Amino acid sequence: MRIPCPWCGDRPLSEFTYGGDASKKRPKHPEKASAEAWLDYVYLRDNPAGKHTEYWHHSGGCRAWLKVTRDTRSHEISKAVLARPQSDGARS
Amino acid sequence: MSRQSNRLHQGGLIDRTREISFTFDGRALTAHPGDTLSSALLANGIHLTGRSFKYHRPRGIYTAGAEEPNALVTLGNGGRTAPNTPATMVEVYEGLEAHSQNRWPSLKFDLLAVNSLLKPFFPAGFYYKTFMWPRSFWYRLYEPMIRRAAGLGTLANESDPDHYEKAHAQCDVLIVGAGPAGLMAAREAAHSGTSVLLADDHSFPGGHLTGEAIEIDGQPCAPWAAGISDELKDMENVRLIQRTTVYGRYDGMTFGAVERVGDHLVPDSATPRQRSWTIHAKQLINATGAIERPLVFTGNDRPGVMLAGAARVYVNRFGVLPGRNVVVFTNNDDAYRTARDLSQAGATVTLVDSRAEEKVSARGILPEHVEVHFGQCISKVKGRSHVHRAMLAPSGTELDCDLVCVSGGWTPSLHLLSHVGHRPIWDEARTCFLMKEPGNDARAAGGAAATFDLNEVLSEGAKAGRAAAKSCGHGSPGNSKLPKAENLPAYALEPLWRVPGSVSRADAAFVDLQNDVTVADLELAQREGFGHAEHAKRYTTLGMATDQGKLANMNALGILAELQGCPIAETGTTTFRPLTAPVAFGAIAGQTRGKAFRPVRHSAMHHWHEIHNAVFTHAGLWMRPYYYPRKGEDFAAAVKREVLSVRSSVGMVDVSTLGKIELKGPDAGVFLDRLYINSFSRMRVNRARYGVMLREDGMVFDDGTVSRLGPDHYFITVTTANASAVMQHMEFCHQVHWPQLDVQFCTVSEAWAAMAVAGPNSRDVLARTVKGLKLDNDTFPFMAVGEGTIAGAPARIFRISFSGELAYEVYTPAGFGAGVWEAIMEAGKPDGITSYGTEAMTVMRTEKGHVAGPELDGRTTAADLGLGQMMSTRKDFIGRWMTDRSGLAGKDRLQLVGLKPVRVDETFHMGAHLVNDQGVTGVDVSQGHITTSVYSPTCGHFIGLALLRSGRARSGEQLYAVSPLHDESVTVEVVNPVFTDPNGEKMRG
Ligand SMILES: [Zn+2]
Repeated sequence: MRIPCPWCGDRPLSEFTYGGDASKKRPKHPEKASAEAWLDYVYLRDNPAGKHTEYWHHSGGCRAWLKVTRDTRSHEISKAVLARPQSDGARS
Repeated sequence: MSRQSNRLHQGGLIDRTREISFTFDGRALTAHPGDTLSSALLANGIHLTGRSFKYHRPRGIYTAGAEEPNALVTLGNGGRTAPNTPATMVEVYEGLEAHSQNRWPSLKFDLLAVNSLLKPFFPAGFYYKTFMWPRSFWYRLYEPMIRRAAGLGTLANESDPDHYEKAHAQCDVLIVGAGPAGLMAAREAAHSGTSVLLADDHSFPGGHLTGEAIEIDGQPCAPWAAGISDELKDMENVRLIQRTTVYGRYDGMTFGAVERVGDHLVPDSATPRQRSWTIHAKQLINATGAIERPLVFTGNDRPGVMLAGAARVYVNRFGVLPGRNVVVFTNNDDAYRTARDLSQAGATVTLVDSRAEEKVSARGILPEHVEVHFGQCISKVKGRSHVHRAMLAPSGTELDCDLVCVSGGWTPSLHLLSHVGHRPIWDEARTCFLMKEPGNDARAAGGAAATFDLNEVLSEGAKAGRAAAKSCGHGSPGNSKLPKAENLPAYALEPLWRVPGSVSRADAAFVDLQNDVTVADLELAQREGFGHAEHAKRYTTLGMATDQGKLANMNALGILAELQGCPIAETGTTTFRPLTAPVAFGAIAGQTRGKAFRPVRHSAMHHWHEIHNAVFTHAGLWMRPYYYPRKGEDFAAAVKREVLSVRSSVGMVDVSTLGKIELKGPDAGVFLDRLYINSFSRMRVNRARYGVMLREDGMVFDDGTVSRLGPDHYFITVTTANASAVMQHMEFCHQVHWPQLDVQFCTVSEAWAAMAVAGPNSRDVLARTVKGLKLDNDTFPFMAVGEGTIAGAPARIFRISFSGELAYEVYTPAGFGAGVWEAIMEAGKPDGITSYGTEAMTVMRTEKGHVAGPELDGRTTAADLGLGQMMSTRKDFIGRWMTDRSGLAGKDRLQLVGLKPVRVDETFHMGAHLVNDQGVTGVDVSQGHITTSVYSPTCGHFIGLALLRSGRARSGEQLYAVSPLHDESVTVEVVNPVFTDPNGEKMRG
């Protein structure tokens, strides 16, 4: 399996560290977020058969955190973008 | 030296001008360059090469390729021992040493062949049935006995002296197999400009063409193949690797392959033995060909029985005639060429064809004098260590012979097409499984697609090459002319899964030669309800040997279908998984063995520790001084001396292993505020503070110190164990949660050597060495940070204490580490400065009640550890919001306490549980557990830290520390976890 890092190109799986479900977002206003919102963010995870958005850290490369769309059935990777919002991260 | 009695006078792709010597079971033999071990043995008249797995039946060379089930030998000796190597894949080199396997005391006379007589007691499923009771017998008697009797080669117990390496390759089109289809595919794809990697598992290209007497474009096929490969070698966009087995296909078009770089050479230290490839491709062309099927009849495993295609290879490629009086038994036209080639090489050949005469079109290629028995089968062969007679059915004719060649048709090699989950489908017309939907990135060509007509193979290969190149965005190269092969008889197979009526229960007709599985075993599996392909495989162990049933599976499925009276399509096929062939562990490990697998990290002061007699301990990859014993001291004495020296005067410890991260930027302070439970953005410049990080679920993640070196400049230390995890966490928080924060940070762990100087005299010692920084208490108080020089080297100095003493941490660029360490040791001489190790450090932090790894176990909150008051309520930080959960705030949490034995001479162990009543054990009565226990020289008795239910309210209570593992029950008293200087006067003074 290879992951197309936006900075580094196609790189082998061994350079990356898995970071879990990327569809979960830390509550934007933490002080106002309900206990349920925190429970959902910290613990609750779907286990889809199909496309899954997940974090991968290019730990053995450019150190960027990526948001990767992977099919859990075939491991096909259809998309990989920087987790950092593009307006900040894509500048060179 | 024996004469090569079966070597023909001419022919073959061998170098007859040179003779090389090798040994087999100690016997000196000769061969020619170009020989494999199997061809060399056959040239010397040796068929018998081993004993079978279960019944120790004599077995001989059966194939000419990687699928060899019988002729598995052990190569070399000592650390170079390579067991279970197919003799068919070993290229003979000068001095090669080979041994037969699974025989005792000798190959010809094998005592354990009595298993053959015990055969009725070794039926299918015997593992599950025979030895179930009594249970203890299994471990003591049955298993050791079976292990000795069954099995193949034996591993060496020595380290492998050879070296192996790993390599990566990328290409557009990966073509596996350099036979006619693979070569044509490579040529077409390469001419379109796409990058091609052609991997072939033989020593030179051509695939089965290297063993055929066929003409292509008017020249013999082997030189034709060599010509194509020469053309490919000249092209820059083609890489051709020989002796390379592509053993697995993995997700994302990643392939694993092993190249046997030095296996065919006299071992030397310069050449790697094997190279392990990771190949990334866009398109796969599976041109792996097909494997011939055995025919199943009584005695079909006897030495001298061989696949028909293999016999042809020995004659045509190696110039070896494996028998002079040959019976060829077939159900298809292909084996007629074996009869022809052996006859032309001088053998007397009789052909037995299970088909009726009118179905056969190949009779015409045989010389007139070759006798053909149509509509007949071999029902049995005779000859214990070598076949000497074949009995035909139904005619009852008996034929004298010294070689029986069998062909049950050809099975396409689909392994690489199946590895990522595609399922093969039964093709009734072609009588084999085919991969009809291999996906968009893979295709088969030639034998692997059940295309057996050579002209069709050539054009199909070319077509596959063009299609693959096109998928990679390379247009058509124009139509290069297709080569033209001579016309060969049609394949015309008529299935014959086993010879009808030939199988009596008493004698054996083998389906799986390598794992000794017979037709009777399959019948038993069917009778007992294990007839499905996947069940039968496990029940009989069919297909579970090192060849993974490459020869056996198809006949087994055919027989099971017959037994069940259903079509093969309904019997199902078993799943192919990587690896397609055995791969040596050495090749998988590559260079990453020993220190290259697990590197050792040394601090800049390591050499000093070594010459000062440090005993080292592992901390992750780091080697750290554990203690420094002096003459006559044991562990306890050394640690006690080190602790007392620090407490009474001064000592120094190497803390270079701490993780160190430097942060810069206007938002660095805010960023740290959100990572730690306490605040740093308003901390003064040149100050340090202890900090605690939580996970988002509220549990403590790590602790360390945060120092502010400038308005926008911070430096943090994290624990040795979490150094990389904290960095990763910080990157996540910055990139994902708070990308708007203007901060940059990077790890500088290796850039700095670090040492802690501790003890009441530490200030005096440092004052004698530090230049440019005043250390008096007013100028440089507790938690102050400053810069100076020591012995001319720049140093960052932090007044931080882990031991509870007046103490300083000194950081200097790693290159200066040893010099600075020695300068401080020199300056400390008048005070008797002592180097101390991690154990003395642990003792002192325990005496001071500081938590460390054993307390930060991922289940403790800041409040549990008595650090709750550090948590800010005025900001967001990671872990704050989950901390409010009632379960984490409850009074019955396990809380940090100190422990001491009620009788001062008693000891207790880390891991002991705390219970209310003596003699009561069990998880349900546990009140908590001891996390750290040390002997405290300062207190004069054992002390401990523990996590105790509602612990902080239980000071003064007596409990029992129980450790059944140590047969220990000690009365302990709950005390304040800070055993020494509870008000911190020493470190602040
Ligand atoms: Zn990258």
